[in-house]
Amino acid sequence: MGCIESLPYEVILRGSSFRECRDYIKKECRESVNVQPGFKVFDTHIIGVPPITIGLDGDVVIFPFTKPCHGTFLLRVEDKEEADRLRKKR
Amino acid sequence: MDLAFEEKPQRSALLVLGCPQVPVQTSIALYLIHRLRQEGIIPVVAGNRSAVTLLVVADPKRHYLGEALNLDHAIDQIMEKKRDFDLCFVFIHNDAGVSYAATMGAISKARLYTIIYGEHYDQIVASINFPCINIAAKAVHNPMPLKKMLDEVAPWAA
Repeated sequence: MGCIESLPYEVILRGSSFRECRDYIKKECRESVNVQPGFKVFDTHIIGVPPITIGLDGDVVIFPFTKPCHGTFLLRVEDKEEADRLRKKR
Repeated sequence: MDLAFEEKPQRSALLVLGCPQVPVQTSIALYLIHRLRQEGIIPVVAGNRSAVTLLVVADPKRHYLGEALNLDHAIDQIMEKKRDFDLCFVFIHNDAGVSYAATMGAISKARLYTIIYGEHYDQIVASINFPCINIAAKAVHNPMPLKKMLDEVAPWAA
């Protein structure tokens, strides 16, 4: 892990709960895909309470990223290859 | 006549530490490590740098503390099926802790225990809806209420 930090990400929600992230994606994203904890997004194992919802909007991927001391961040990264890979999971 | 001794395989336990901002975590983790060792269970600790360093400094000669892993690395190893544990204890005092516990429940075959503490421990207990054994008490600075609950459940004896 750790490669998330090197991505050109934008923080949508900061210090939020996993429920807030899920609700935001369901409400704001055109498409979403549910994955299990440990599923890799941008080569990083995703932490969360299943089902973990990942949002897709064109080439944009919106996903939760959890750190022990800072709660869950909802991050937005534009990456066509990853969006296509996730879209195929549906 | 040959005597065949059947050795019981040694069990292992993973302690997943949360953010160390609540003081009881380090104290209860060392106590749990001690009880696990007494029962012949190998404890392995996983946490962020601060959480692990608090244990390393408190136990400089490693009387209790054994292997300590970076939390992300531990999760990678379990996901990649390189290792797993018989027992897993996740320390929780915030929403992130619940996420880590749910993740451990999903990726590991270990029997899952949550150790829940802090001012809002009861709200955290109410938010957990996945299979695990909760050990919970209102404990922030004084570890005794949580130690009492841990002794009652006695997960090292299960």
